[in-house]
Amino acid sequence: MKKFLSSGYIFLIFALLYAPILVLIVFSFNEGGSLSEFTGFSFTWYKELFNDEQALTALKNSLVLAVLSSCIATVIGTFAALGLHHMKRKWAKGAITSITNIPMMNPDIVTGVSMMLLFVAVATIIKANDFMGFGTMLVAHTTFNLPYVLLSVTPRFNALDKSLSEAAMDLGCTPARAFFSVELPEIVPGIVSGLMLGFTMSLDDFVISHFVSSPNFQTLPLYVYNQTVHNVKFSMYALCAIIVATILAILLIVNFAGSMGDRRSRRAKGGAR
Amino acid sequence: MKRKSIFQRMAAAPHIVWMVMFIVAPMLFVLYFAFTDEKGRFTFDNILSLSGYSNVFVLSIAFALIATVICLLIGYPLAYFMSKASPRTRKLLMVLIMLPMWCNLLIRTYALMALLDNGGLLNALLVKLGLNKLYIVGSDFGVILGMVYDFLPYMVLPIFTTMTKLDKRYIEAAADLGCNSWQTMTKVVMPLTVSGVISGVTMVFVPSISTFYISQKLGAGKIDLVGDTIERLFKNTSTYNVGAAVSLVMMVLIIISVGIMNKFSDDDGGIIV
Repeated sequence: MKKFLSSGYIFLIFALLYAPILVLIVFSFNEGGSLSEFTGFSFTWYKELFNDEQALTALKNSLVLAVLSSCIATVIGTFAALGLHHMKRKWAKGAITSITNIPMMNPDIVTGVSMMLLFVAVATIIKANDFMGFGTMLVAHTTFNLPYVLLSVTPRFNALDKSLSEAAMDLGCTPARAFFSVELPEIVPGIVSGLMLGFTMSLDDFVISHFVSSPNFQTLPLYVYNQTVHNVKFSMYALCAIIVATILAILLIVNFAGSMGDRRSRRAKGGAR
Repeated sequence: MKRKSIFQRMAAAPHIVWMVMFIVAPMLFVLYFAFTDEKGRFTFDNILSLSGYSNVFVLSIAFALIATVICLLIGYPLAYFMSKASPRTRKLLMVLIMLPMWCNLLIRTYALMALLDNGGLLNALLVKLGLNKLYIVGSDFGVILGMVYDFLPYMVLPIFTTMTKLDKRYIEAAADLGCNSWQTMTKVVMPLTVSGVISGVTMVFVPSISTFYISQKLGAGKIDLVGDTIERLFKNTSTYNVGAAVSLVMMVLIIISVGIMNKFSDDDGGIIV
């Protein structure tokens, strides 16, 4: 009975959580322009979406921005983690970490507004009219990606065996060489997860982008916002359905591949025994 | 002790420069704009004019608090029941609770609005059943519902993570020592999962108090929260200064409330997604 109640509760909450998304996906195939009546199956809205130049440009912009900002943040952040790892002064380390985390702690709207004010001030000083755009977006996205990179890479540095890089240096490596050939391979998993996290954060961001973008450079979330700000547009249903399906596929693949990896490593362990 | 090489000492330098330029400087600009007028003269007028926004602040805090409490009341039992499931089911449930988090907030909000709208599916069903229409979109309830719907996974996941890490022997020990299941819950499980609750509460409260898309869509523009106010003030150059003051006050409010909440937890546990 108890078991039944708890399963029922889980089912109910998940059903409520997924109902709007499922309805949205179903109605993205609706022939007529109605939200309440399913008149027939069609790909009308998908066709409209794929003929929409703006949507495709926004998708391209989103991907370019996500790749570039996460790569830049990963490079800067990984070296920062290295520097922090070797830093002696505790207070300096603490100060740098807390300041880096500000964009993660602050509400997005405050981060967005503060960056906008910086860019507005710079634009007034250099008397530029069209200052907002790709450049400002790249700076903003890199900045809010940095704490996630540090968060993923720092624990890897802390878990490193110090004697390994010391041994490399005793054997004649320069510190830089010791880092690249001894330490770097050890921290790669942290770097990869920082990169992935940054990539998804950048793809997902709307609020910060909203304040530092211009109409000339739209990402996908900004495009969705501009299309839905006044009225309901059915091609947006199709776009949302595609995005949800993509995320679901990625999550399932990652999870499935993960459990396959588990099984393999379990088998390997069994073999070793 | 070996002297640190230039490579190791300079590794964090690019990050520090980036941080000063794009995290510290923007924050200083918020301060600067909040305490100056349009011509750049020092003034307290912006801060003083905020008394006119006091009802907006009160409404936002109230909405965010209500949404957080509802999320906790729904999410805590959910996380508890989820943690009781078999490892396989637990993994699936984990993916299911994370999927909405990876979907863009705009999409989830938009999907919910489409379902609840006057011409939406819910009302069509109600009419068919001979019931009255529910005008949820455009009401206070609608906005709070939107917050709960959008941010519930952020409450569930950290609590769920601390629950699964909980040592089962504590629960067995409590039962052996004569606790009934309610006492085990309140005296053992709840105190040991406080850190998860704290990070869940933070992750729901902060985005709830600063949102503007949820109130725009589910409030149908009738409900004005702090986020809406900031967004509106930053659309117009002449109101940047007041906007900066509103942002500053909201930031201080959040820092204080997060600080108070963290006082209640003895470790900085929990997770960041």
